[in-house]
Amino acid sequence: MSGDDILDVRDLKVSFAVRRAGRKYRVQAVDGVSLALAEGEVLGIVGESGCGKTTVGRAIVGLVQANGGSIRFKGVDAMGAGRAGRRAMHLNVRMVFQDPYASLNPRRTIGDSVAEAGDINGIFRDRAERSAMVAETLAAVGLNPSFAARYPYELSGGQRQRAGIARAILPTPSIVIADEPVSALDVSVQAQVLNLMMDLREQLRLSMLFISHDLGVIGQISDRVVVMYMGRIVERGRTRTVLDHPLHPYTRSLIAAIPLPDPSKRILGAIETSEPPSLFKRPSGCAYAARCPLASERCLIDVPELRSTGTDERALACHNV
Amino acid sequence: MSRDAAILWLKPFIARPIALAGLGILLTTVLAALLAPWLSPYDPNAIDPVIRLTPPNAIHWFGTDQFGRDTLSRVIHSARMALLIGSGVVLFALATGVPVGILSALFPRLGHVLMRMIDVLMAFPTLLLALGLIVILGPSLTNAILAIGLGYMTTTTRIVYGLTLRLRAETYVEASRSMGAGTIWLIGRHILPNLISPLLVQASFVFAFAQLGAASLDFLGLGAPPEIPSWGNMLAESRTFVTRAPWLLFFPGMMIVATAFSLNLVGDALRDRLDPRFRQVFGEKG
Repeated sequence: MSGDDILDVRDLKVSFAVRRAGRKYRVQAVDGVSLALAEGEVLGIVGESGCGKTTVGRAIVGLVQANGGSIRFKGVDAMGAGRAGRRAMHLNVRMVFQDPYASLNPRRTIGDSVAEAGDINGIFRDRAERSAMVAETLAAVGLNPSFAARYPYELSGGQRQRAGIARAILPTPSIVIADEPVSALDVSVQAQVLNLMMDLREQLRLSMLFISHDLGVIGQISDRVVVMYMGRIVERGRTRTVLDHPLHPYTRSLIAAIPLPDPSKRILGAIETSEPPSLFKRPSGCAYAARCPLASERCLIDVPELRSTGTDERALACHNV
Repeated sequence: MSRDAAILWLKPFIARPIALAGLGILLTTVLAALLAPWLSPYDPNAIDPVIRLTPPNAIHWFGTDQFGRDTLSRVIHSARMALLIGSGVVLFALATGVPVGILSALFPRLGHVLMRMIDVLMAFPTLLLALGLIVILGPSLTNAILAIGLGYMTTTTRIVYGLTLRLRAETYVEASRSMGAGTIWLIGRHILPNLISPLLVQASFVFAFAQLGAASLDFLGLGAPPEIPSWGNMLAESRTFVTRAPWLLFFPGMMIVATAFSLNLVGDALRDRLDPRFRQVFGEKG
């Protein structure tokens, strides 16, 4: 990983204590994830629900406690950082949430929600500066500045998500972590919001961690992509390369599942129908072995490590490819 | 509040005449309490043995008691005690229940301890708890408020606890935390504003039950001092004359029922106004 990485996550581990039928379990939601985000880059994280992709994002902004690994922001350890360090993280690494209906407080005006990061960290000199910055930010996400005085219930889903994005860019951060930012929206609105995010990324020179289960969306917006399966990265590389020439059997089945607009092109190859194994009982070998068409005996015993394939930042965790 | 907002608040009352009646009774009681010295035709404590135990008539509309005191004047003056006890109990229940409930939900370790203590208090029937406390503390107005208030503090705490647990998990609270919000910020900007509506409803019910509790304590001689007119005291004093002078029982008794009932009606209407699931009924959008 090069020196100009703005965010460097190494061997991140997050586990949750879960009680089930009176017994305590520790579920390893993220099990040794390493990723690096270069300045101005969009890195996609893709995987099915429950694979830990959201947890990675939440651990980076400090919403869940990591129990292993390191997170470095601009070279500074963010997990052990003191008060000043955490404050820099709070303003510089911001999150856009999936559900625009749940992510805005119904009792606060849009303006109050958008200005929240600034209010918490005391960056506004006076009310005039605050309202000027709120108006400017609302305009930047394509909302009329008069929306500042409105309440969330007066807005449509797309408008709310624009407000959610505005909240994440006032004051301008270095990194935006977008957790499925369009999957709760109508398809027609999805494209608008995606375009907005790409515009903002360029104007504000943001780096972005874009979490999604939708390879189509990831393909449009991200420069590189990591594919996660059961808390681990199984494949990593340039988005175009990974989408055009998937190597890992899991990535292949994800890509095969993308619906094509042309009905004459039938979906070929394996489509995932079975569920992944339970996180309570992680298999001893490769977690994908039970569903994998290429699985061999070694896959049931040995956990495949993520190894570089030598070309183009590509890496893969599979014994048989 | 703008005119539109005022109409929104009045709608659930207008839509149901019975709720409007409740609001009417409540406002009448409040007016009676505020204007008691001007509204009541006689001094509530003026004794006149010559006219003792006269039935209702043109001069004394509600009759007189065993000392010849005017029942109507006493009923009107009693409204003051009723509102005083009611607001005292509501204030006490909110002032203790809200912080305990919020802190219990935000700090689970503390919450485990505090909520078990609340469970113990809830195991006692409210009136029994109040009686026990009065026996320990001695009868007085303040102690009556504390004793009844403690019984309703438990339910208030439970409601606040449950709601805060739910609010704590809301995405907008997480968003706020991810931007560095501390506990005070979360409580002030996210939790309390979302608790106001349900607490308003809870307050109206606590107020109503406080009326009944206060009347019970007064009746047992453990509430307001006997020289102060209150509906419960009037009931207690009149019980030996109940066959000769039933009006002494009827008027204060009716007032207790009417205020408690009207508060419940108002509470119902408020809940309907504040619960989005019911809003459609009143033709509001959103």
